[in-house]
Amino acid sequence: MARVSPVRDRVPAPTPEELKRRRSRSIAIALALGALALLFYVVTIAKMGPQVLNRPL
Amino acid sequence: MAPALSSLTPTHGPDALAAHPPSLGEVSDYIALLKPRVMSLVVFTALVGMVVAHSAVHPVIAFASLIMIAIGAGASGALNMWWDADIDALMTRTRKRPIPDGRVRPDEALAFGSILAAGSVLALGLIANWLAASFLAFTIFFYVAVYSMWLKRSTAQNIVIGGAAGAFPPMIGEAAVSGTVSLETFVLFLIIFLWTPPHFWALALVKSSDYARAGVPMMPNVAGADATRLQILLYTLVLAPCGVAPLFLGFGGWVYAMVSIIGGFAMIALSVQVLRLRTGEPAIRAAQHLFGFSILYLFSLFAALLAEHGLGLMRPLGWHV
Repeated sequence: MARVSPVRDRVPAPTPEELKRRRSRSIAIALALGALALLFYVVTIAKMGPQVLNRPL
Repeated sequence: MAPALSSLTPTHGPDALAAHPPSLGEVSDYIALLKPRVMSLVVFTALVGMVVAHSAVHPVIAFASLIMIAIGAGASGALNMWWDADIDALMTRTRKRPIPDGRVRPDEALAFGSILAAGSVLALGLIANWLAASFLAFTIFFYVAVYSMWLKRSTAQNIVIGGAAGAFPPMIGEAAVSGTVSLETFVLFLIIFLWTPPHFWALALVKSSDYARAGVPMMPNVAGADATRLQILLYTLVLAPCGVAPLFLGFGGWVYAMVSIIGGFAMIALSVQVLRLRTGEPAIRAAQHLFGFSILYLFSLFAALLAEHGLGLMRPLGWHV
């Protein structure tokens, strides 16, 4: 059976510049997802009203 | 028959990685795909639609709706750039955009725009209501499929009909906070709709060689510069009275009256200049002046309404019919 060469043999390794850009994109995606999670939380509280927090522990 | 490209391009595994090299795009390139300046105009006009509606909706809901409208507008921009990458590469005004410049791959822009479009519509439906979400979905569809894919390359009326996409945001804004659409925001729709041809044709007069190179049938390239100048004046003669309509519908006060009347006369005067000065540098300057002032005119009309309805500066004129 023919041996399939590993990915690293066929795809050039990312340059430092590409790694830097990938990192900045990852940070931006994380920030955007965090902001969306916060927005949906605040919207949920606004739609359901303050009573959503008033429950027996 | 040649096999489809998709059957030759591996979709998974090591070969797929080799076929799709790592993205070179920076965060700023993805922001550029969203057309931030168009986005800001959409947010601004949608906000005015919300304020004019005088709804008692929770401010957080209104704010979140505005964010989703902005994301939907940005998604339209990304999908437009994905579709128009070939002609963007031929025009000086657009050749530095992320796709023609090679900083973002077309398939990345398509995925980015599609996900944002679907996400913004879904979120607006859940946050506000499904009327607003349907309006947003239709606006994205209209801008991408009707304007970008169909009208832009096939008719000189491209920006006249396509202008509707840019005119919908006040109605989306009102629908988001009130669940309905009124005559007031329909008039705001009409103002933006009638403003679009003079605005873009003034630009097209200056950039006609750019559009000709890209094969986009803008009015100056199809009907000629003089016919375009006449149409600019005709549209402005309809736009200016439409601009003062809020005074007679009771939602424009003193501030709006001053802005709309003075601005309307200035728009007509600049359009007459464009019609009068037909050759050389003065003709280019006249078109540039109209293009620049048209932005100020539309901004001023909506800013006046925002000040009157949002900041309590409304002093009725009593011209309500």
